[in-house]
Parts: sequence; structure tokens; C-alpha cells
Amino acid sequence: MKEIVVISGKGGTGKTSLAAAFAYLGGQEVIVADCDVDAADMHLLLKPDFGQSQDFYSGALAVIDNRKCTMCGRCHEVCRFEAVVLRNGRYVIDPFSCEGCGYCSRVCPEGAITDIPVKSGQWFISNIKTGSVMVHARLAPGAGNSGKLVARVKNEARQVAKEKNKDYIIVDGSPGTGCPVVSSLSGAAFVVLVTEPSLSGYHDLKRVHQLVQKFHIRAGCIINKSDINQKVTGDIEKYLQDQDILNLGRFLYDERFTEAMTRGLTIVEYDGSDLKKQVEESWNMINHAIQ
Amino acid sequence: MRIVIASGKGGTGKTTLAVNLAYLLAESRQVILADLDVEEPNAGLFIRGDQVLHEDRYKMIPQWKEDACTLCGICQGVCQFHAVIQLGTMIMVFPELCHSCHACSGLCPESALPMVPKKMGTLTHLRTGNLDFVEGRLDIGEEQAVPLIRQTKQYLDDHSPDGAIRLVDAPPGTTCPVIEATRDADFVILVTEPTPFGLHDLKLAVLTMREIRKSFGVVLNRYGTGNDDVLDYCREENIRVLARIPHDRKIAELYSAGKPVYQDVPEARRSLDEIVSWLDETWGKKAL
Amino acid sequence: MRIAFTTRGTDWDAMMDPRFGRTEFFLVFDEKTGVLTHFDNRETGNEAHGAGPKTAQHLFNLNPDILITGNGPGGNAASALEKSGIMVYYGANEMTVREAYEAYKNDELSTV
Repeated sequence: MKEIVVISGKGGTGKTSLAAAFAYLGGQEVIVADCDVDAADMHLLLKPDFGQSQDFYSGALAVIDNRKCTMCGRCHEVCRFEAVVLRNGRYVIDPFSCEGCGYCSRVCPEGAITDIPVKSGQWFISNIKTGSVMVHARLAPGAGNSGKLVARVKNEARQVAKEKNKDYIIVDGSPGTGCPVVSSLSGAAFVVLVTEPSLSGYHDLKRVHQLVQKFHIRAGCIINKSDINQKVTGDIEKYLQDQDILNLGRFLYDERFTEAMTRGLTIVEYDGSDLKKQVEESWNMINHAIQ
Repeated sequence: MRIVIASGKGGTGKTTLAVNLAYLLAESRQVILADLDVEEPNAGLFIRGDQVLHEDRYKMIPQWKEDACTLCGICQGVCQFHAVIQLGTMIMVFPELCHSCHACSGLCPESALPMVPKKMGTLTHLRTGNLDFVEGRLDIGEEQAVPLIRQTKQYLDDHSPDGAIRLVDAPPGTTCPVIEATRDADFVILVTEPTPFGLHDLKLAVLTMREIRKSFGVVLNRYGTGNDDVLDYCREENIRVLARIPHDRKIAELYSAGKPVYQDVPEARRSLDEIVSWLDETWGKKAL
Repeated sequence: MRIAFTTRGTDWDAMMDPRFGRTEFFLVFDEKTGVLTHFDNRETGNEAHGAGPKTAQHLFNLNPDILITGNGPGGNAASALEKSGIMVYYGANEMTVREAYEAYKNDELSTV
């Protein structure tokens, strides 16, 4: 089983559009995992049926039982997150500040504080239009930790791949360089970096690639919108060469990405000609690289 | 006046708007722009200025004192984040995982885990004319964005010039870093684009803003591409659309080179003016 | 030598798990006694944070001299393993445990 993880560092580079297009080309043989749980968009292109769903709990939230509380103030003293606040003469927990560290509940002499698990989203196993299966999730707004949900989505996708005897998983990864991306990268056979030739795109590419290197994972890169800045495109290509990152091709700034999305289609469905051919070329290179 | 510029989806033009709005406002007023997207700070690519400060930033983590430790194991039982574990006769601390809650340190019966500072990133402050710029930047591999966001905000509170308008470039998404960046805002501008992805992620951002009870408006970027679903949604939900920045390849090109756009693209200038005059009317000339 | 493998199953023909922190199982082969044992690590795989350190702890308790794995441990797990004195060999992706063992003996794996 091989996991191909598509990430970008910076948002808006076309990561999800390309990941969905690869999923479409892979068809029945490819299980899809949408690990961009903060802004999960892949379902807009792959039309899942939300067949199975399950609630997801992550982290803890302290709750004070006012009947037991003697107002000794120990919890308020130890909390580093200003989550224990005095309201109308009682101590209460501000749920947006509480990190769920459990310190207050441990020091409370009256046993008045309980750490309760927090429902922070849902995850789904769906049939999609490629004839395959996608595992995806919806994070509750303001939820604390998406890394755990990413881990969950990936594990379920592996399970599905195992059951159905499929060899490939395509993962739409999270943006940034923090915990959710680290979870996205775990176990990857190959990483596809999608970037654009802007100073920010290049900057974020370098940051996220440092992270990929930490995990010793092979990487390739697609430069999208390559014609908006030829100079930066050149700089990025040089960087790819120096860093031994496989160059998976340049795409031009192309309205068809938006047009396809607006119709709920992957770019390879929307355009049967040059664009499709180009995506196929990149996909073949990826397949070749992981053999 | 504290304005936070946020978006559910990345890459919608949040940074472009923050930087251009900051430059425009700074033509006539005192402005402080802060980049709180500490995982991928990009606003600094557009700002040239004199360095006021560049320093390492630290968070507190426990440090194991072997000679005081009796290997009772309480610390690893206490830590909810697996940042402290016992390996045989060794206690190991994992700084990137530590939330600095102090629980292991405070509950250690032998005081064998005193808290010590550990570098997590940097803070930079630049100044050019009326514009101050502050950036928090997380070290690669550091998993906790919130502590650095919090410290950067504290720095802003302590060092903002008198009467300056504060503009904040927030992290994308809807999770805790965004909440932390947004919680003390007077007003939030949500930047989106007229595509299905843009709409979907805008809805999540709107839910989040309502959850934390922030007043907000929408700026529709790349207007003219995609469809009108975002506008329809805003109308149905009674959300003010502050401006529509037209879709123009020139903007993408200028952005790619790290240049401000409003001087060269009149339509973009007009959109920014609309935002400023709405803010002026609503929040009063004095506040701005 | 006691050799630990990150795996997706519990016998010599199981596939290697490329992950360290979220590996499904550890297989431990004791070269002296010829005994093969396993440890189920699947619960750790669903942890939010710190799967690496937690797994390193489990591994440590299995008392191996050598670890053979796929992608190689990430930051947190790597530093735990470094201190534990366990030698780490990586690059055994897409192999069965048997093949990974052969690759190790033929010196085909990378070491940290």
C-alpha cells in the first residue's frame, strides 16, 4: 500500500484541484483521504454519498461542578491559559481558552472539576464518483486540534484500502507546517508539492520541504500558474534541482481550474484535451517514481 | 481599532488585502500590521523597513533534573500531550509537543522538573514611515502555534504606537490558531473568492465568527471569475459585502513579485477605498 | 541481537509499516533464540499528539538492539530513539518483514 500525499504550504495553489484530478485518473484503484480537515473541499469535486459517518472526539475540556466548588481558587492559580475565569462570583471555564491539560482537575481538593471529551467533528466513509471510496471529515468550527482527526482519516483510509485490496491512497494534505501537516505526512511513500511562482509560494514551499526532509520522504513538485512570474518559476526549478525534488511539470495560469470547480468537476473531466494530458503526464511520473 | 483579516480557505488573498490596506491607510494615519500566520508568515515579503527588533521567542518547558528524580512516573501520567515520557530510568521531554501547562512541573513531588525557556520561533518588528510591521515566525517542526500568537499579540499591546490602527493577517482555517488571532478583534474581514471552495470555506469561517460572537464582513476577491453563489449566500445570511476586488491577472503578477497592487491597479484601489470609507463611517474617523 | 520491525501484521510475511510513531505492530526477532514475538501498537496510532514518543516508549520496553523501519522516525521519535541507544535502520518500505531482514543483513538499508 502506497500513500501519495499532496501538500502545498501556501493555500490557493491548486492543491485540491490536482489531488482530485489524480484521484479521478486513478479511478477504482485509488482510495482518497481528504486530510485538509480545516477546509475540506475535495467532496465538492468527487461527490461523496456520505455513506457512513461517525462523531469524532478530541482533547478534553474542564468543567467545574459549582455544587462541589468551595471557591478556594487553586484551579485559577494553576491555569496557564486564563481559562478559569470569575463570572458572577463563581469560577467557570472559558471553553475557547481551555487546553484540556487537566492540571486544574488534578489540584482541585474537592474533586469538583471533570475533564470531559470534546466532540470536535465528524468523519465519513463515502462512495465517490470514481467508483472508489473516500474518507473525509468535517471539523467543528473553533475546534482545538485537527492533527488527531487527520490521523483518524488516514487510518480509516488505510483500513479501507486493506479491505478492498487497493494499492494506492491519495491524500489531500493540510496547509501550514504544524501538527496537521505532520500527521498528513506520516507514512507517505511520496509527497507531491504544489506551488505557485510567487514569493510567498516559493517561501512556503521551502518551509514545508524542510518538514518533508525530516521524514526522509521522496518528493516531487508541480509549479502551477507558472507564467505569472517567469523569474520565480526559474528560481523554483533551480531549487528543485538542488534539493533533488522531482520536477513534475509546470501548469499555466488557467481559468479552466476555476471553471471546472464551479461545475463540480475535476479538471480532467472538464477538459479532455491539453490540460488532461498534462495532468496525466504528472500522474505517470508520480506512478513511475513510487514503483 | 483592531481589524483582523481572516479566511476559511488559504490562498484567497488575505495577505494581499492586509498588506495593501496597511500601506493605503499608512498614507494618512498611523498603522501597525501584524502577521499572526506564524506557520507560514508571508506579509513580510511585501514590507521593507528599518528593523526595530528581531529576537528569539521562547516558551516554557520542563527540564529533567536526574539527581532529584525518584522515577515515580507521575509526570508522564499527568501530561495529556505525551510531551513527557519515561524511558527506562530516563525521563524525556519533547519540547514541540509541550503546551507549557506546567502540570508535570507543579505536580512533581521532588521538584525534579523545573520549567525553563525553550526557543520556539522569532519575533520581528520593522518600521517604515507611518507603518509598523510585526511578525511572529514559528520554527519548523514546532507544533504549537498558539503560544507564539499569544506572545506576538502581547508585544503588539505593549508596543503599538499611540492611536495606531491595528491590522492583523490571521492564519487560515477555523481552528484554535484562528480563534487566538481573532479573539480581541473589533472587526473581522473574511476574504473569499467566488468559487465553490471559497463559498464552502466561507461558510465555515462564518460559523466560527458567530460562535465567538465577532462582527464581520466579507471581501470578495477575484470577482468576475466563478459564479455568484457567494453573493447570494451573503444576501441570504445578511452579511455585508464590503468590497468586490475584480479578477485581474495583473494582481496575481504583482503579488507574485512581492509588490503592492493598489498603485498599479485602479480597480483594486477603488475596492480598498470602499473598505476604508465603510470602516470610517461605521467605526468613526476617530477610531480609524 | 534483538531486532524490532515496524509492521502491519504479525508474521514474517507481513508488510513493513513505513511509519514509526503510528506503526500498527512491532515484530521482534531474537536472533539468539530464533523466537519471533509481536506487540500491538494500534491504539497509539489514533493518538492526537505524541504518537512518536509513546511508541518509542513501547519499543524501549521490548528491549531491542536494532530497529528496522520504513520512512525513518520523525523529529520527536528520532530524539527518543537516539537517547535509547537503539540502532535505527530505515528505507525498508514496500517489503515484507522477511525481505527487510534480508536487506538489513545485506547492508542495503540506511542508518540514522
